[in-house]
Amino acid sequence: MYELKAIDKKFPGVHALKAVDFKIGRGEIVGLVGENGAGKSTLMKVIYGAYKPDGGTVTIDGTAVRFQNPRQAMDHGIGMVFQEQSLITNLTVMENIFLGFEQQFVKFGVINWKTMAAAAKAQLAKVKLDIDPATITANLSFAQRQLVELAKVLTLEERIDGDLVILLDEPTSVLAKEEVELLFKLVRELTNRASFIFVSHRMDEVLELSDRVYVMKDGAVVDVVTRDAANIDAIQHKMVGRDIDKEYYREQWQKPYGDEVLVSFGNVSLNGRYKDISFDLHRGEVLCLVGTEGSGREAILRTVFGLDKPDTGTVTIKGEPVTRFHARGGVERGIGYVPRERKVEGIVAGMNVYENMTLSQMGNYASGGVLRISEEKDMARSWIDRLGIKTPNVYKDCGGLSGGNQQKVVLAKWRSGGSDIILLDHPTRGLDIGAKEDVYDMVREMCDDGVGIILVADTLEEAIGLSHSILVLKDGEMQKRFDGTPGDKPSLYDLVHHMI
Amino acid sequence: MNSFLTRDILVKWAPLLVLLVLIVFFAAMEPRFFSVRNFARIGISSAPALMVAIGVTFIIIMGSIDLSMEGTVSVCAVLFAFAFLAMGGTLASIAWLALPLALLVGAVIGLINGLIHIRLKIPSFMASLAMGFVGTGFALLLTGGDRIRIEDEAFRALLTTRWFNFPIMVYVALLFTFIAWFIQSRTTLGRNFYAVGGGEELAHASGLNVNRVRVLGFMLAGIFYAVGALLAVGRIGIAETATGNNFMFVAITSVVVGGTALWGGIGGVWNTLIGVLIVNVINNGMVVIGLPGYVQDGVLGALVIIAVVLSTDRKSVSFVK
Repeated sequence: MYELKAIDKKFPGVHALKAVDFKIGRGEIVGLVGENGAGKSTLMKVIYGAYKPDGGTVTIDGTAVRFQNPRQAMDHGIGMVFQEQSLITNLTVMENIFLGFEQQFVKFGVINWKTMAAAAKAQLAKVKLDIDPATITANLSFAQRQLVELAKVLTLEERIDGDLVILLDEPTSVLAKEEVELLFKLVRELTNRASFIFVSHRMDEVLELSDRVYVMKDGAVVDVVTRDAANIDAIQHKMVGRDIDKEYYREQWQKPYGDEVLVSFGNVSLNGRYKDISFDLHRGEVLCLVGTEGSGREAILRTVFGLDKPDTGTVTIKGEPVTRFHARGGVERGIGYVPRERKVEGIVAGMNVYENMTLSQMGNYASGGVLRISEEKDMARSWIDRLGIKTPNVYKDCGGLSGGNQQKVVLAKWRSGGSDIILLDHPTRGLDIGAKEDVYDMVREMCDDGVGIILVADTLEEAIGLSHSILVLKDGEMQKRFDGTPGDKPSLYDLVHHMI
Repeated sequence: MNSFLTRDILVKWAPLLVLLVLIVFFAAMEPRFFSVRNFARIGISSAPALMVAIGVTFIIIMGSIDLSMEGTVSVCAVLFAFAFLAMGGTLASIAWLALPLALLVGAVIGLINGLIHIRLKIPSFMASLAMGFVGTGFALLLTGGDRIRIEDEAFRALLTTRWFNFPIMVYVALLFTFIAWFIQSRTTLGRNFYAVGGGEELAHASGLNVNRVRVLGFMLAGIFYAVGALLAVGRIGIAETATGNNFMFVAITSVVVGGTALWGGIGGVWNTLIGVLIVNVINNGMVVIGLPGYVQDGVLGALVIIAVVLSTDRKSVSFVK
């Protein structure tokens, strides 16, 4: 009944959806899986009307539709249960359920709270939630809020005639195991009222709940499997897809690392983030932290950089135990941090190329607080040459550079300041293939220069291809350490097996 | 976009264009507007406001806001006057020490502003607004509501002595504008203001001591408010609680009209210079062509809204709720 045909969506530099076909029938539960960046969220946003596709058609019961906004999608029976919950926590449950649709309870300009409460009660009954509709939402548990959100979407039933399609975006990520069971039971019962699109990175859950599963990779649907025919290994293979290309990751350039230990973690724990982590990072080594979102990868990077103080254990940088934790300490110890969100944390848009490059080391280019700008420009020019940064001149606003060139500016910032420990958090996220290869080149060159790198890779192939050592994390605990010697690299399945 | 007149270029030069259009407009309406005498008048009224506006420009570049200027100007003016008179009442004596003292007072008030903002973690607009009231109250306490006259000829030379038809205070203001430009573009401090305003998280992760930058910014702003106070006293020869009146509206209006972005990171001293001139040309021009005073505030208020609407890509930026 609801069908997408050949949907295309492009963003500057990224082809986010490539001719995606998708359909869902009445009462069906359809799963949607894929790695981060595979295009799941973009596809969902097209479905609920937040994005307009660049190409392709959307039909409901054979009629073509084109949504301008989520409200129009809702009017056609498409509702969204958001991952980061969209309830307004300082309002009551009933106000949230009918947010934007209070008109039905208004008489003479005044809301009749009694009828609203009764109506809210009826909605909550659909999701078997027995709470007072006048409760302030902030007082509910996460599981309860999820159900309220579902109840809110189910109000569509009364508002429109026609079938409902409800999107569940990672609904289980905040739930405990029993709560997941309850949610699944509920969703199955609700299939007489609506069809569901279920998005999750927990493969077992998707297979347990869904009738069919769409597997996405690099913006395309690479397979559609029915539950009976599905097998976790096969789906994982499809998700991660391509065989590792040794050329692509410059494997032939990988050299053994040195003896000197740059960063040493000894049984380090940070409550709620990671537990009992130990590793050594050597000169010229790429050490990769692998795990799902929330497995503790980023938290460990933050501790190395000196942002978050661990509860127990010892962190040693170049032989010196770290006692005080603040960002300046990290910079002074020669650590450079290349964050995931370039636009937010990597470069300052509005500042030009040389200003961005000297940001972490202005003191080296100033006497008595007065900057020696010509020296800054000379330094910037030499790094523009060295890294092949494409910019018309050093005065160009970094916000106007392409993602790959912004990334090079960030690297130049740290390298020019003499950092020999570089933390890379998803350094290739959102870059096109050519720019990614440039980043891989730079990684190898840095190793040759004796820099130690801790990497949180964008894909598993990247992790395997680039790294000397791979630590697999799950729920903040280290599961396994792999050596990534060329010719004897671990396989994707080795890693995935320990991750999930 | 291939066109020469891209949106960016237009936004960048719009304030100067507006200023020129205004000058042509008023000159066409009333030829007396376009005279050296009248320009000197605009210069005199602009000078104190320019200093205050430049002070707050640094803060706005950092993405914060400082609303303490009226109180700060009053306190600096009054304390300067007391010290000046107590030490002899003429620049020819050691009473000149009252000048650096006034700047010091400005810096101290800025320091308090900054410390309240970062230590108590109060939004800057609230911390500084409250400090401004405290300042106004303190000035009133000191003067008891009296006006303090400064009749020293050497000090009043700020207004009375003219070089090339413009009084000395205009040149003093230009000198401090130049100093401000130097700080903004040639010092680590100025660079830090832009970094904090453009991306606080990033500035922090690059090892900048963001809190220190903020406090220094408020101190620097305080010093410029003090310079504004001295010029204001020089202009009318009186220091009183009301010396600071109206600076908040004029300063913020000028900064915004000049094209400095309220969310930080963009703009600077030259923008503010143009902004102050736009505001004062409008004020002066409306008097010259004979419009009543109450129209002027309305026009300026409308101008602020137009300036923000034109200079902001409001889809991509969400700022202060």
